[in-house]
Amino acid sequence: MYVSAIFLPLLGAVLVGLFGRRLGDSVSQFLTCLAMGASALLSIPIFIEVALNGNAQTVTLVTFIASGDLVVDWALKFDTLSAVMVLTVSWVSFLVHVYSIGYMHHDPGIPRFMAYLSLFTFFMFMLVTADNLVQMFFGWEGVGLASYLLIGYWYERPTANAAAIKAFVVNRVGDFGFALGIFGCFVLFGTINLDQMFAAAPQMADATVSFFGVEWHALTIIGVLLFIGAMGKSAQIGLHTWLPDAMEGPTPVSALIHAATMVTAGVFMVARMSPLFEYAPAALALVVVVGAATAFFAATIGCVQNDIKRVIAYSTCSQLGYMFFALGVGAYQAAIFHLMTHAFFKALLFLSAGSVIHAMSDEQDMRNMGGLWKHIPLTYAMMWIGSLALAGVPVFAGYYSKDMILESAFAAGTGLGMLAFVLGIAAAFMTAFYSWRLLFMTFHGTPRANETVMAHVHESPPIMTVPLAALAVGAVFSGMVAYDHFVGDKHPAFWGDSIAYNVQGEAVAGAPAAHGADALAEGVVAVDDPVDDPVDDHGAAAEEAHGAAAQGVLERAHHVPLAIKLLPLVVSAAGIALAWLFYIRRPRYPMLVATAFPDTYRFLLNKWYFDELYDRVFVRPAFALGRALWRGGDGALIDGLGPDGMAAAASRIAARLRRFQTGYLYHYAFLMIIGVAVFVSWRLLQA
Amino acid sequence: MIEDMSLLSIITFLPLFGAACILLLVRGTEAEVAANSRWVALWTSGVTFALSLLVWAGFDPARADFQFVERFEWVPGYNIAYHMGIDGISLFFVLLSTFLTPLCVLASWEAIKTRVREYMVAFLVLETMMVGMFCALDYVLFYVFFEGVLIPMFLIIGVWGGPRRIYAAFKFFLYTLLGSVLMLLALLAMYLHAGTTDVPTLMVTTFPESMQIWLFLALLASFAVKVPMWPVHTWLPDAHVEAPTAGSVILAGVLLKMGAYGFLRFSVPMLPQATADMAGVIFVLSIIAVIYTSLVALAQQDMKKLIAYSSVAHMGFVTAGIFAMTQQAVEGAIFQMLSHGIVSAALFLCVGVVYDRLHTRDIDRYGGLATNMPKYALVFMLFMMASVGLPGTSGFVGEFLVMVGVFQVNTVVTLFIATGVILGAVYMLFLYRRVVFGKLEKADVKAMLDLSPREMAIFAPLVLVVLWMGLYPSTFLEPMHASVDNLITSYQAALAAGADGVAVAAR
Repeated sequence: MYVSAIFLPLLGAVLVGLFGRRLGDSVSQFLTCLAMGASALLSIPIFIEVALNGNAQTVTLVTFIASGDLVVDWALKFDTLSAVMVLTVSWVSFLVHVYSIGYMHHDPGIPRFMAYLSLFTFFMFMLVTADNLVQMFFGWEGVGLASYLLIGYWYERPTANAAAIKAFVVNRVGDFGFALGIFGCFVLFGTINLDQMFAAAPQMADATVSFFGVEWHALTIIGVLLFIGAMGKSAQIGLHTWLPDAMEGPTPVSALIHAATMVTAGVFMVARMSPLFEYAPAALALVVVVGAATAFFAATIGCVQNDIKRVIAYSTCSQLGYMFFALGVGAYQAAIFHLMTHAFFKALLFLSAGSVIHAMSDEQDMRNMGGLWKHIPLTYAMMWIGSLALAGVPVFAGYYSKDMILESAFAAGTGLGMLAFVLGIAAAFMTAFYSWRLLFMTFHGTPRANETVMAHVHESPPIMTVPLAALAVGAVFSGMVAYDHFVGDKHPAFWGDSIAYNVQGEAVAGAPAAHGADALAEGVVAVDDPVDDPVDDHGAAAEEAHGAAAQGVLERAHHVPLAIKLLPLVVSAAGIALAWLFYIRRPRYPMLVATAFPDTYRFLLNKWYFDELYDRVFVRPAFALGRALWRGGDGALIDGLGPDGMAAAASRIAARLRRFQTGYLYHYAFLMIIGVAVFVSWRLLQA
Repeated sequence: MIEDMSLLSIITFLPLFGAACILLLVRGTEAEVAANSRWVALWTSGVTFALSLLVWAGFDPARADFQFVERFEWVPGYNIAYHMGIDGISLFFVLLSTFLTPLCVLASWEAIKTRVREYMVAFLVLETMMVGMFCALDYVLFYVFFEGVLIPMFLIIGVWGGPRRIYAAFKFFLYTLLGSVLMLLALLAMYLHAGTTDVPTLMVTTFPESMQIWLFLALLASFAVKVPMWPVHTWLPDAHVEAPTAGSVILAGVLLKMGAYGFLRFSVPMLPQATADMAGVIFVLSIIAVIYTSLVALAQQDMKKLIAYSSVAHMGFVTAGIFAMTQQAVEGAIFQMLSHGIVSAALFLCVGVVYDRLHTRDIDRYGGLATNMPKYALVFMLFMMASVGLPGTSGFVGEFLVMVGVFQVNTVVTLFIATGVILGAVYMLFLYRRVVFGKLEKADVKAMLDLSPREMAIFAPLVLVVLWMGLYPSTFLEPMHASVDNLITSYQAALAAGADGVAVAAR
């Protein structure tokens, strides 16, 4: 059961990928959907057995790499965390597979597309079920490959090719950090097996490593390096530039890979490595800062974009920021909870957007839409559900998970937690604003598309709307149903030891509470606590606090003041109201605001100029340097002084020696003789 | 039982025998001669490969010493012997050589139209030299094979090469010249000191430290050119560009491994103190090789040049790995060489496929091949990803092990060479995009046909090996363990002895 759930998608991908042309389109679609569906069904008993009944297990297949002390297996590790991921990924993936049958039916390369989707799912499974860092890296790079292939799926478009390369390369920058993190783990622990590392983590809490001649706290370095990997995959600020461009891929791809699953791999990885991060408070602080900054920054850009998919892409970026600062304050469970609910409602939003694009004859610019709600009511309803869930309106899934994150950030009681809370609230306001901006611009007002397009507007076929409805069920109920287990009363039993438990105070089960102890001692809701709390006095005070602070950040989050709990709701409502004012009531306002603050507007529209900056700082200099080194270094310097220069010199000498002999063989022998002479005289002198 | 059959000599000299057959027995019209030469070459190299598999089967991975040893006096008065044998380090290089040669013969099947007989003879002689070099356990014998390799390669580039073949061949020759002379000097010096040229004996001979450094530099001059290490790499792009496809395949696949193999067989075990002293220099050169050539590869317009520069970068990983001298690093370096041997060979074959159709290597002349050559696009994609080091392909395992190994010794070196992983992705993806993706617009490119059955037959084994090495590398790593462990242990023992100031006599 365990093995087949993971490998069925690979089987589908290989069969259809190699023989798709002979099998034909419908057989290819059927085969991949069948394999994926079977895998999704199998994930349910796995989830029940592993997560609900608490029977975690690891299936070891064969040895992967063995060299000296480094021993790595191919193994499938099923604990609550991976079971949750497998369940989420397989179902979203299955629904996207089915949806793609409808969405891609005009496309000439259907088997290729389906094979890529299945291949992606397989790699994602390998990532989440890895029991060691190398296999995780295998899945990690594998999903990168699938993402590259799918972004560049329409390979005739230059923009798609550029976006694909960008995605791969930016991810590689992240992977560079990830790989170094793996090496660091191996040097520190002598193994890269997850369980063995986690068991050894407490002993390594104070280990240091020398880097550039300076002694660093080893786990902090490892944590930061791993987090760089996570930043690349999860499009955090600085390494986010590939994600919006990734929208060049077909919309089902955006939904599956660039919203619901792959981009959350970074969040998953940090949660998976949480037993190490527990001992790296400085790395966690970095995670908070980066996450909060991303949540805010991406939301600001989302407010002004006009491409329907890009708005949702920036929204994804922003939501990933939420997950990260949740991780950073130690609410790992809340981050995974949001990851799960987000997968459903973001996939729903993307696929609905796909349905809109499909209806609008491949138009993606919202300025050319409007007034669609009557024509495609079902899609409209789906979009509403998705937006309500995203904005965190009560009852919908996002309400439970997002509020949990914000409350955790507040309850963390650190300065950085407070910063994250403030930025998160601001982002929540903008989230509501841009979501309803999208709804209003797309579905309301007067139609701005030309008549031929409007005449063709039609609701999508059932093969597309049924998956939408299924996702809508998830977007409505997943938060409500899973709340108790993921972050509520039952969460300690549910998660078991698959995620480190609690950042502040309790830390990992049984380990001394090294950090954050005094933060707790000062009270549960200490808001303006200085950031410099940790590490320095883990003596008696920490031991004392340990008993008193059995409450982790999640428990404390349940006890924040009512005002804090209501604040996200209030700002969301305000955001919706503002969108209504701008795009329904007073459609002239957006233009007025844009002209009143032209610099700000341009800054946001151009996405904070990250692309331009990178182009000038990295891309162009690299190519210029390459040319300079080639012409100047290889051509002029090395060849000029080396072979070409020598050849020129040799021919001059040869001209003089011509009366004796010619030919290179002669030089060869001549030099040999000289060499022997030199050597013999050297020996003689030594003797 | 297999050990007694003089298998190594058979494998070594069978191709030479085939070459003699072609020269002496093949008669008839020009077309007949060409056809028969091809078939004889294919059969000879195929049988050689099959026999080399027997060596693999009979190889005992648990033993660290040399196996399949053959030894008889050659120049008895001077203690020079015909001594052959392999260990876990050389085993797979022999296999790599015998594996690639039949593929090269197949790849030249239609591409070479003039002087086919001589061409096939050159390739078979080349195979003899390559295999002999990896099996030789006598320094003189090694030297003969090591230098002998150059002659057929020189001819292959000079006779069947492109328009600037004379320049390329001479550049190739000039670079090698200096190194060879110095290596010969080192040989003489070691012979005078130890009184023998027997490699296993030399390995346990202790050379005075002052002498080691000079010997090391002399060997370095020769091996560095072959690797090639920066800054003596500039012959490689020219040689590749002008060589016929199969020539590039052997050049990248096997010849580039000779230098690094020389380090492992001679420099490290025989000159441990010098190795330890010089490791820093090698690290710096490796870092430069990785970053510098990766950047240069970005600027290339010629497909073969681009892949040639990428080879230099990949070999930078190898040299860094060898001189880190940890189990993972050395095994990684060997694995990386094998992987590079397969992957770069395959990439040159990929270039050859389109070159045979359009007769240009200019990247901009192509574009949109994914449309009319989907099979080619798939194969090319796989090898490109292997070159980039995607996990699951052979390229990853080597790079990963090297970096893990080097990280234990020097984190900063790892930091720098790891940037090569990023840059590698940039230039390879950029190449692939310009050749395979994009709109299919040019009329002559549109007319290109997808892979023929012969070409599929060439690529199929390469694809299998790349995936096999990537997914289950244990097959290839296991036979290395004992020999590499032995290498490192004796290296460290020698260093410790040197540090204690104890003069260790031959053990």
